[in-house]
Amino acid sequence: MTSFENAPALDIDALIADHEIKILVCTGAGGVGKTTTAAALALRAAEHGRKVCVLTIDPARRLAQALGLASLDNTPREVVGIHSPDGSGSLHAMMLDMKRTFDEVVETNADPERAKQILENPFYQALSSSFAGTQEYMAMEKLGQLSSRADLEGTWDLIIVDTPPSRSALDFLDAPARLGSFLDGKFIRILTAPARSAGRGIGKLASLGFGIFTGVLSKILGTQVLTDVGTFVAAIDTTFGGFRERADKTYALLKQPSSRFVVIAAPEPDALREAAYFVERLKTDSMPLAGLVLNRVQYVDAAELSADRARVAAQTLGTEEHQLTSALLGIHANRQAQAERQQHLAERFTAAHPTVPVAMMPAMAEDIHDLEGLRAIGDRLAEG
Amino acid sequence: MSDVQLWPGVDLHVVSGKGGTGKTTVAASLALALAHGGKRTLLMEVEGRQGIAQLFDTAPLPYEERMIAVAPEGGEVWAMAVDPQEALLDYLEQFYNLRRAGAALKKMGAVDFVTTIAPGLRDVLLTGKAIEVVRRKPDDKKNHYDAVVMDAPPTGRITKFLNVNSEMSGLAKVGPIRNHADLVMGVIASPRTAVHLVTLLEEMPVQETVDGITELKAAGLPVGAVFVNMTRPSVLTDDQRAAAIDGTLPLNQIGADLVTSGVIEEPLAAGLLAGQLAHEARDYAMRIALEGRELRRIEELSLRHLTLPLLPSGVDLSGLYELAACLRAEGVR
Repeated sequence: MTSFENAPALDIDALIADHEIKILVCTGAGGVGKTTTAAALALRAAEHGRKVCVLTIDPARRLAQALGLASLDNTPREVVGIHSPDGSGSLHAMMLDMKRTFDEVVETNADPERAKQILENPFYQALSSSFAGTQEYMAMEKLGQLSSRADLEGTWDLIIVDTPPSRSALDFLDAPARLGSFLDGKFIRILTAPARSAGRGIGKLASLGFGIFTGVLSKILGTQVLTDVGTFVAAIDTTFGGFRERADKTYALLKQPSSRFVVIAAPEPDALREAAYFVERLKTDSMPLAGLVLNRVQYVDAAELSADRARVAAQTLGTEEHQLTSALLGIHANRQAQAERQQHLAERFTAAHPTVPVAMMPAMAEDIHDLEGLRAIGDRLAEG
Repeated sequence: MSDVQLWPGVDLHVVSGKGGTGKTTVAASLALALAHGGKRTLLMEVEGRQGIAQLFDTAPLPYEERMIAVAPEGGEVWAMAVDPQEALLDYLEQFYNLRRAGAALKKMGAVDFVTTIAPGLRDVLLTGKAIEVVRRKPDDKKNHYDAVVMDAPPTGRITKFLNVNSEMSGLAKVGPIRNHADLVMGVIASPRTAVHLVTLLEEMPVQETVDGITELKAAGLPVGAVFVNMTRPSVLTDDQRAAAIDGTLPLNQIGADLVTSGVIEEPLAAGLLAGQLAHEARDYAMRIALEGRELRRIEELSLRHLTLPLLPSGVDLSGLYELAACLRAEGVR
């Protein structure tokens, strides 16, 4: 790939130097290098004098080791080995423990007895450890916590968030609201109506076929599940009303000009389509987009020599006397074909989103083993 | 080429892998390879990404089995996208004859609850549909498939996704949905199922594969094969690769050859091009060395592994047939 000729360049150093920016959210499809990019941005920002906290969701073991994150303890830990020339920069890193974060939310918001009741409820236990949207919800929750701590204590002036490896990048924005609307919603009112003995509600529901409704649910789920859900909701409702409010607050924070989204993709149809959805969604919700980081880009040295010409030349030379040169031409033909395909995909993206700034990263096969490796990625990112 | 079946008695192939390793592509080529020679396979999508439709260049798949490709020597690949809401209504109809209650449930938010919030239920519904298809009787010729291939969630979530029993254990200890989960688990944890993992020969995907296999085994789920995807052909000898890495390839010779090939005329420009090609060869040789190291880690798993080549111009429909042929050559029947 030569370059994104028509797209503006994403200036990483200007982004991290802007002290008005307090939150960077790294998002994109699974397998595009989100976590690594988030960590590299965090290190570079710290080494440029920012006080950074990076929240990673599920880092590969080596990356976690590179950051000195030996255990998942849900607390930001200082990363040692940062080169901050005037000592003004610092880097903290943490891994999200979703169940623990949820438990902490319960513990800080409920009196001890009620908290115990909630934490022991089977439905809560299942919800907090396995519901697909809990991770997104807790990532938002943690971001909210880190951000208010930053405001209060001045520990950090930049929080960088990696988003959970969801099916869709949009889940990060949607799942918290979904969970919130469930906890605040009509369905819960229905389930808990008998527990609250709210006569008004029941009368209205009877007309909607309440009998059929609970009958069907009992049939599918069994009455025990319904009872657990009911008890859970009753306990949670009186303790901290407005789960949704909390999610909405963090959501609103992400709309502020002090937040920026970095969308990460690979030059593959799926990943770029996902990136395009996300870019459009940010626009719809007036959320500030910093730009696109395109990882895993195939670079070629002999960009002038097309794949087809190289292939023909390789065949002309044959596999005997000129085997080496023929093989080199074959290698180039494959790389060039891949680069041409990526270029085509990238052009389609920029044609649809001409104003989105782009930074590109070459394909890297090896994992990041240490801070030096992360630093190299940061350097490369800054070159655009 | 052997005619011994790789997976005798397996009706359900679950294909997982780290994001970006090409698991949809592998699932699709596996469905094609298994359909070869007059068989009928069903390719199932469960994550609502419509990746199969894009791969086969067709309209988005509905919650309905339809034929999407013909396999070589007669054979059919069918496909469907399993959506949890539709699966719930389907389940209500099949087990309780309650389809009409669906609308009322939807209105109350109960469908949302069951399919997006209630932990584990969504997964039971998705895997449950696959199990329903697998359990169809062979004499039901119109609806029976020789194999079902599921394009499943990625490695990080696959054990949880399949292990519906333990996921539901906290939630529903008794009751109808529990019985359904037991039924589903009875097939998934049996020799009728094989869970395959797709990887690239890179550190991170291989590590995830190794970890994923440990998790699957610990949960008592049947591990099938590792599909090593996007491998590069080895076109240089060991000595040539070593020279490429050391930067000692014979540039003069290469330059002269390039002139002979007619790709370039001017000797000075040929020298420059030779240098560029040698630099690309260095990258390539390092990549091959890395792939070799990672392949050894896969071999240490003592599991069957199948290798698929990188298609430089991307995977289109003809690419799928090419990959299916590779799988056939490795013994997939």
